[in-house]
Amino acid sequence: MTVYAPPADTPNADTASARPRTYIEAGYTLRSWLLTTDHKRIAILYMVSITGFFFLGALGAAAVRLELLTPKLDLLSADGYNRAFTLHGVVMVWFFLIPSIPTVFGNFLIPLMIGARDLAFPRLNLLSWYIYVLGGLFTAYVLVAGGVETGWTLYTPLSTKYAPGHTVMAAAAIFVVGFSSILTGLNFIVTIHTLRAPGMTWFRLPIFVWSHYATSVILVLATPVLAMALILLALERALGIGVFDPDLGGDPLLWQHLFWFYSHPAVYIMILPSMGVVTELVTTFSRKRVFGYEFVAFASIAIAIIGFLVWGHHMFVAGQSMYASMVFSFLSFLVAAPSAVKVYNWTATLYKGQLDLRAPLLYAMGFIGLFVFGGLTGLILASLALDVHAHGTAFVVAHFHYIMVGGAVSAYLGALHCWWPKMTGRLYSEFWGRISALLIFFGFNITFFPQYILGWLGMPRRYHSYPPEFQSWEVLSSAGAVMLGVGYLLPLVYLLWSLFYGPRAPANPWGATGLEWRVPSPPPKHNFDEIPVVTWKAYDYPPAREEQG
Amino acid sequence: MTSWLPFWPASASAYADRVDLLVWAFSALIIVLAAPVIIGMVWFAAKYHRGSPADRSDAPTRGFWIEADWTVVPFLLAMIFFVWAAHLYYIVRTPPDGAMEVAVVAKQWMWKFQHPGGQREINELHVPTGQPVKLTMTSQDVIHSLFLPELRLKMDVLPDRYTSIWFQADRPGTYALRCTQFCGTDHALMGGRFIVQEPRDYEAWLQASAVDGTLAQEGERLFRRLGCSGCHGMNSAVHAPDLAGIYGTQQPLADGRFVLADDRYIRDSILMPKRQVVAGYEPIMPSFAGKVSEEEILRLIAYVKSLPREGSKQP
Repeated sequence: MTVYAPPADTPNADTASARPRTYIEAGYTLRSWLLTTDHKRIAILYMVSITGFFFLGALGAAAVRLELLTPKLDLLSADGYNRAFTLHGVVMVWFFLIPSIPTVFGNFLIPLMIGARDLAFPRLNLLSWYIYVLGGLFTAYVLVAGGVETGWTLYTPLSTKYAPGHTVMAAAAIFVVGFSSILTGLNFIVTIHTLRAPGMTWFRLPIFVWSHYATSVILVLATPVLAMALILLALERALGIGVFDPDLGGDPLLWQHLFWFYSHPAVYIMILPSMGVVTELVTTFSRKRVFGYEFVAFASIAIAIIGFLVWGHHMFVAGQSMYASMVFSFLSFLVAAPSAVKVYNWTATLYKGQLDLRAPLLYAMGFIGLFVFGGLTGLILASLALDVHAHGTAFVVAHFHYIMVGGAVSAYLGALHCWWPKMTGRLYSEFWGRISALLIFFGFNITFFPQYILGWLGMPRRYHSYPPEFQSWEVLSSAGAVMLGVGYLLPLVYLLWSLFYGPRAPANPWGATGLEWRVPSPPPKHNFDEIPVVTWKAYDYPPAREEQG
Repeated sequence: MTSWLPFWPASASAYADRVDLLVWAFSALIIVLAAPVIIGMVWFAAKYHRGSPADRSDAPTRGFWIEADWTVVPFLLAMIFFVWAAHLYYIVRTPPDGAMEVAVVAKQWMWKFQHPGGQREINELHVPTGQPVKLTMTSQDVIHSLFLPELRLKMDVLPDRYTSIWFQADRPGTYALRCTQFCGTDHALMGGRFIVQEPRDYEAWLQASAVDGTLAQEGERLFRRLGCSGCHGMNSAVHAPDLAGIYGTQQPLADGRFVLADDRYIRDSILMPKRQVVAGYEPIMPSFAGKVSEEEILRLIAYVKSLPREGSKQP
């Protein structure tokens, strides 16, 4: 493995002789971790717990894919299958995808990237993690007590009157974990506003920070709507207050409006931080300034704002008015424009760069490919007449997995590889990193591309048994899932291995320009001995510097 | 047009063909928009990988006009598809006059259909070719969604609401009928057959199916049995609105508003009669909530709909 020396003109604090104590060395007891207020340690706490939830959610997926190997119901019971996909959805969405990048990498990197010693509210940050864990315990209870079979969307009146499982407890788990999101978002907004180092102007912020800013706005504004809706749902189920119950004059569609008012922006909660990560990876590993920095930064904000106005595209066949549907369809097309800006600008960033095809860049390029395809098939679903056919089928499953798994999970893993040396002080195996990136890319496509075809052929989602003519596509999909599973397990092995046996990482193994690379790896407890004064643009790579003068 | 593709679904109507054409065009759009990214990434990775001798001078890091172009051009292209798809959606949401109406009631986990002539069937729907058919649908319990893949059509079926869908199937055959809104334990089994027949075969099927009378006749019997005719009948002494000819007209309400007398209004008037009282009448009608099933309400609606406009006394 080649380890690049940092560029000579990059300030390098990693002098072996007077090395300050790292944040990891600040204490080895369990207590020192569980009561820490250091944003870096809290990020590690999140990383450990989120990894646990990822593999729990993956178990649900494995059960679903195994059951679908044959057209008949043979492995699980009907309700067992319904519980498996509900578990998969609830855990992956609320306990992995939404918190993953912000709580792990946002927490770890935002203060370092903006030249701050910590987040604005360190104790609130720790509290967010405890709230996340509490929500997780509720989920674990639901799992042990027998599960819930409503699907992650909890549509009424199925969830309020007809599903026998532990719906109230599941709603409570989502409610609780939502508060963790709100607190994290609030903390990021205040931090980015108030704790930027001298000279770190808004237009010198890394795009990663911009995208987390946009994400935090969604977290703070949308999550309370979900919280309110969940309270109504729980009251409806427990006391029969009649908000959603048609027999009592309620409206079952009201739930869908409230749910998607949060849950559509939630997709951008998952994807905006991913876009931030990918921007960093593309620019770092091509050693070139982000093409059109301002466009990319503002596109994040545009996506966050328009993202609030498109929820009705989930309801084209639900019985809302035809003209409402047309407006929502139009607005959904509108959100494609800033997304296109991002994708084309990433590609243009690679042009005439010095592409270092390491695992993080492979993950980023995989993200771009899958996101383009997932996004454009999203336009098919935003097209009214086409959605009428594809809605509720495997086509939708394929689409949102391309965005949320092909996109968000690839970005998470890309971030993990890029900042692993910074977080742990160790270098991972580049060979295995590349293998896992390729396995995940190909495994993912084999798993989910067949589901586009299945959906267009008329295979509905959430079916435990299906017409036999669909079987070959289902088998192909399950085979891809095995490959994908291996791709996900590999990093667990070689990254853990690197913790103990990996070579020591220098402060700036990739020759990047961000502030986080100017402190030692791993960073000292207080990040910076002296708060830096920023006098350079973001992504100040050599060719970019020339045009500055 | 699409049979040469092994993984392309069969289509049973001209409308479905139009949807397929849009999908093919959309696929081309996807390729046009994605190709620059995919080709660009692979090409740049090959040419500009670290250590390659490629010329990297004058690498651009911004370009307002090029960025404006690749924001606006894809958006305008996409707009063509938005209008195209919205137009097809408009067609499918606007039933023509004179469509044959079939009543649909969904419940966990079966589909119940009733034809205008009163023929009932479960998990099977027979329709004639060349005839516009409108399904008026409601659910007894949770939300379901009726999906007819070979027509490229689906619509949610909700409790306490009527949704509708219309089509004109042209190609005789037996097709799929599925539920696509997750509705509980046996969601996957809530399907059936959608049978499109030549008109004479459909006629033969109608004749062979036992009936107690048309939907409207059944509704009329029910109207008497439930005692509705005691108040709403022509010779009744009770001051209740005459129902003849009201269907599809605007009814003045006691609070000054007007309401369209459609399926939904008639249903509400049966179940929640005090909610919308017609101007000039006392709110004396009792609620029939819990006393009539969804299917019975559909029959009552069919009966009210069948009452002729002539001879109606205006309040």
